[in-house]
Amino acid sequence: MNQPSDNGAGKGTRYWVVAGMRQVISLPAAMLMAAFVGFASYARESGLPLAHVMLMTGFVWALPAKFVLVAAINAGASLLTAFSAVALSSARLLPMVVAMVPEMRTAKSRTWVLLFLSHFVAITAFVVAMARFRDVPRQYRTAFFGGFACTLTASNVVLVALVYTLAPVLPTKLVAVLLFLTPVYFLCSLWGSARERSGQAAMIFGLALGPLFAVVAPGMSILLAGVVGGGLAYGGAKLVAARKARP
Amino acid sequence: MLTYQSIDSLWWQFAFILIAGWIATDIWRVFGVLLGNRIDENAEILVLVRAIATALVAAVIAQLVIAPGGSLAAETTVWLRIAAIAVGFAVYLFVARQVFAGVLAAVCMLAAGMAAGF
Repeated sequence: MNQPSDNGAGKGTRYWVVAGMRQVISLPAAMLMAAFVGFASYARESGLPLAHVMLMTGFVWALPAKFVLVAAINAGASLLTAFSAVALSSARLLPMVVAMVPEMRTAKSRTWVLLFLSHFVAITAFVVAMARFRDVPRQYRTAFFGGFACTLTASNVVLVALVYTLAPVLPTKLVAVLLFLTPVYFLCSLWGSARERSGQAAMIFGLALGPLFAVVAPGMSILLAGVVGGGLAYGGAKLVAARKARP
Repeated sequence: MLTYQSIDSLWWQFAFILIAGWIATDIWRVFGVLLGNRIDENAEILVLVRAIATALVAAVIAQLVIAPGGSLAAETTVWLRIAAIAVGFAVYLFVARQVFAGVLAAVCMLAAGMAAGF
């Protein structure tokens, strides 16, 4: 399971940091950057100053959370309301980090390194890590992820600044297409990187339950769809496996 | 009530973003590291955690398609968006097992639909 890929065998930390950095030129990174172009134009339309948009990109990082934050600012929400809305919409980061950490750490990993790297966890990083970690030797996964994640975040801070200053008025139809890339990309790559049957079942449950809970319990819908959908997928896969195991 | 606009200073607005944006997201990541650090890589519970994380992302995908913000909502109808992502996913599954092919198909469908006025 932890076999290094042929081209990376015997290489050291520097090799894997650079290998991670090079992932910035990849389809997942390109999709995310397209979405950030959309975000930059949305934040500009909302009248936020450039410095604040860059600060958000670096410190919040997760794109859906930033859309929620900008919407809360636009609505004149109080600090507590904005905090709650963003925190609620970001609870999905917890299971993502919990799933990633056991695959990244070694006996020697220091907790502060993992805490620092966890800041860069968002959907793109999660999808890339799940897809690529199997090709990276375990002791270099933190180096690989650090190289990738830091470069990706820094690139997007620069990108946001460029879009904000140079392309103030993008055609709305173009922005619409750019914003549409993200869900399509997530859908296809998440399906491809699912580790087990329960992962694909969880996707189907999440897709179906998300909109359903949005009607029943708006505000909590993502969280509920995740916990209920993930639980159903896991339980269902267990049942199927138990039935198969029976003689 | 303390809002982003209520104190007209750059520092207050920075603080607002850091508290409502940075702290509100990174508390989950910090808890994730502390919890994940205690779990063995092959533990059964991780299969459940992965399923929950995957379902959460799927729910975000559904929301981005059904109720997106900004220009995407203004320029397209919900049925066009659903049709376009369905076509993209079908191309990915049945035609070419390449994420890029799926994305390209979906975007072409969306652009064609916008041009046709849906």
